[in-house]
Amino acid sequence: MSEYLVLIYADESKSAAAGETLANKMMAGHMEFGEKNGASLRGGNALQPTSSATTLRRDASGKLVVTDGAFAETKEALGGYYLIEASDLDQAIAIASQVPSDFGGVEVRPIRVLG
Amino acid sequence: MANAYRSEWAYVLAATIRVTGDIDVAEECVQESFSSALATWTSTGIPERTGAWLTTVARRKAIDVLRRQSTQDRVLRKLMVPSEGDLASDADLPLIDDDRLRLIFTCCHPALSIESQVALTLKLLCGLTTLEIGRAFLVSETAMAARLTRAKKKITATHIPYRVPTAEELPARVDSVLSVIQLVFTTGHTAPSGSDLVRRDLVERSVELIRMLRVLLPGNGDVAGLLALVTLTDARRVTRTDAEGTMLLLSEQDRSQWDHEAIAEGVELVSEARRTRPVGRFVLMAGIAAVHAEAPSWEETEWREITALYDLLLDEWPSPVVALNRAVAIGFSEGPEAGLNALDALVDEPYLTGYNYFASARADFLRRLSRVDEARDAYEEALGLTENQVERSFLERRLEELSNSKQFNA
Repeated sequence: MSEYLVLIYADESKSAAAGETLANKMMAGHMEFGEKNGASLRGGNALQPTSSATTLRRDASGKLVVTDGAFAETKEALGGYYLIEASDLDQAIAIASQVPSDFGGVEVRPIRVLG
Repeated sequence: MANAYRSEWAYVLAATIRVTGDIDVAEECVQESFSSALATWTSTGIPERTGAWLTTVARRKAIDVLRRQSTQDRVLRKLMVPSEGDLASDADLPLIDDDRLRLIFTCCHPALSIESQVALTLKLLCGLTTLEIGRAFLVSETAMAARLTRAKKKITATHIPYRVPTAEELPARVDSVLSVIQLVFTTGHTAPSGSDLVRRDLVERSVELIRMLRVLLPGNGDVAGLLALVTLTDARRVTRTDAEGTMLLLSEQDRSQWDHEAIAEGVELVSEARRTRPVGRFVLMAGIAAVHAEAPSWEETEWREITALYDLLLDEWPSPVVALNRAVAIGFSEGPEAGLNALDALVDEPYLTGYNYFASARADFLRRLSRVDEARDAYEEALGLTENQVERSFLERRLEELSNSKQFNA
């Protein structure tokens, strides 16, 4: 068994425009996902929108620079994640494909096992 | 010996990977077994079942390697190979359980980039060297070796399993495999005449791969469809270019030079494939190729049948390029005005805006409608979108014809 992170991306402006009906549909979708795949879940959270993000970088002199916004300016922003356990990539994909992802998609990346 | 190499490589490698769980180690063991064969068979003679001999030797070497590995290494076997217990309990597995199927589905896993899928397939299933694969795709040996290493790393890092997909997964996965094989074929088929022999070899390898799939997945319509498609396309091999190497259109090719035996074979395969359900995109593409192949001349081409097939294909495979080809077919079945309308419906397709065939298709319809100035603009747009010399010559020729016609009409 191996762990994978499922990163959920979505176009925030499109999601916002779709309003409450979409929000409710997504909630229901995530609940159903959790019920069906509970045995494989090791964690997960929704994130607040990128308007609440703060980015920290170091400038050329090594000084910490704090700025407003997400790390990378992308059309689809990171909206949440699940940490899952699966026997192989195919099983991870089968699980991740059930994650609701209107106006975006998910990325599946294996957790690096150290030591 | 060379024959044994070609036909047995995939079989022996696939079976050995099952023991090692590691592609690199398996490749080495198989390489050694072939070397042993060379040394041994000269004195003992070639055994009746070369595949079995080679597999036994390779697997023995693999077991030796495993014994020498630490327990930890063995536990961390890089490639996930489901234990026999798992296999027996999976009711969805197809009855035929050939290791080569496992290998080709692994090489063509959608999580790998297309370039990686193609490179791995040629290396592991066809036994081409890294140098040969590099040459076929105009990439240096070092770059191709790096590509193969990255691909193998992705397989192990993400734990892509070494198995045949379940019945549910199979249609999509077979489609991936067929796309890769089709790419191998197209790369070999579109090589300029008189160029590197590796390219011709690619055509033969792609056919071998499809035939292997037909044995392992009998009754699969898309596999039969792809075999039909490559057979029909290859039947036109001799007439693709003229003596000077200029590309000839279907309308310009001397059909008496087509391989009519191959065409008959392809048409037969299409009939077989069309009886399977569901009818997939490769079957439909082959159907279209068959209509062209059976037309005694360009003028006698059954364009309505082709358009109908494109309607089905677009339904099955809503790709902008298919939509474009369908519009071109409509232009022939219903006239250039209808064709132009069909093309204009696609003008907002992001994929097509930078696609020179889109511009040149519009140009062709405009030309046929004698809208000379608009046609010229479109040909020039197409010219700006391609660096390919063969295509450029063709477009420049059309532009010249346009200005000549304008002179006559002035």
